[in-house]
Amino acid sequence: MRDDERLIGRLLGPAGQEVTCDTCFEQLDAYVDLELAGRDADAELPGMRAHFEGCPACAEDHESLVALVSRERR
Amino acid sequence: MDYESQAWVAALTAGGSERESAVARLHELLLRAARFEASRRRDSLARVGAAELDDLAHQAADDALMAVLRKLDSFRGDSRFTTWAYKFALLEAGVKLRRRAWEGRELSLDAEGRPSLPDLRPSPHADAETSELLGALRTAIDTELTPHQRDVLVAVTVQDVPIDVLAERMGSTRGALYKTLHDARRRLRAHLGAQGLRVGDSDA
Repeated sequence: MRDDERLIGRLLGPAGQEVTCDTCFEQLDAYVDLELAGRDADAELPGMRAHFEGCPACAEDHESLVALVSRERR
Repeated sequence: MDYESQAWVAALTAGGSERESAVARLHELLLRAARFEASRRRDSLARVGAAELDDLAHQAADDALMAVLRKLDSFRGDSRFTTWAYKFALLEAGVKLRRRAWEGRELSLDAEGRPSLPDLRPSPHADAETSELLGALRTAIDTELTPHQRDVLVAVTVQDVPIDVLAERMGSTRGALYKTLHDARRRLRAHLGAQGLRVGDSDA
């Protein structure tokens, strides 16, 4: 994606419905376990993926939890 | 709830030495998570020494332990207990490490002392549609948003200030600032959409 499109994406945020930061944190563990189990986490917990697109801090927390749990289960 | 998670909850709600032992194991687990996070963020903390980083990891683990014990009643087994506990350690570590990385750094401010917004000039390769959208966005940020919405939007999305760092400096919370950001984006989307500009599928 070019810089212009990335900037527009950051300014306008996700198009779809998204959860709040508080809800994201509440559901983050369940979302990650669903993902790592190969289930459709986005269907079971809608609004999480859009929130990660809009909130860099929650996206970082999500990436870290996926990486940590994946490593611990290896 | 899976067997291992049940065992964690039972041990942490037991009395005496069983609980003490479980709390110690939980702290070890949380410290491992906090150190993992510190290791992942080492590049953004090049100026911070190893001892200080480990001290921050310990503080994060301590705070996460308090949070996990305080919220243990709310654990319903929607995930494994360890996944649930880890998220508290990663949150605490992430907040502390982002704040440390931004310590002493100032936001870029304009003449009025507000987060400065560059011209948003399109790159030389931008097509006409993108150029028009960027121009309209630049105008809408100044005309359609409240001063607070504008400042939060510019700081987080243009200047890349972590939202919890901004929350600390503004005396607010991550959740409250994200709500402001969300409202600002909806307003921009609605305004641009009303002008006939393509901004993707909007929920506004």
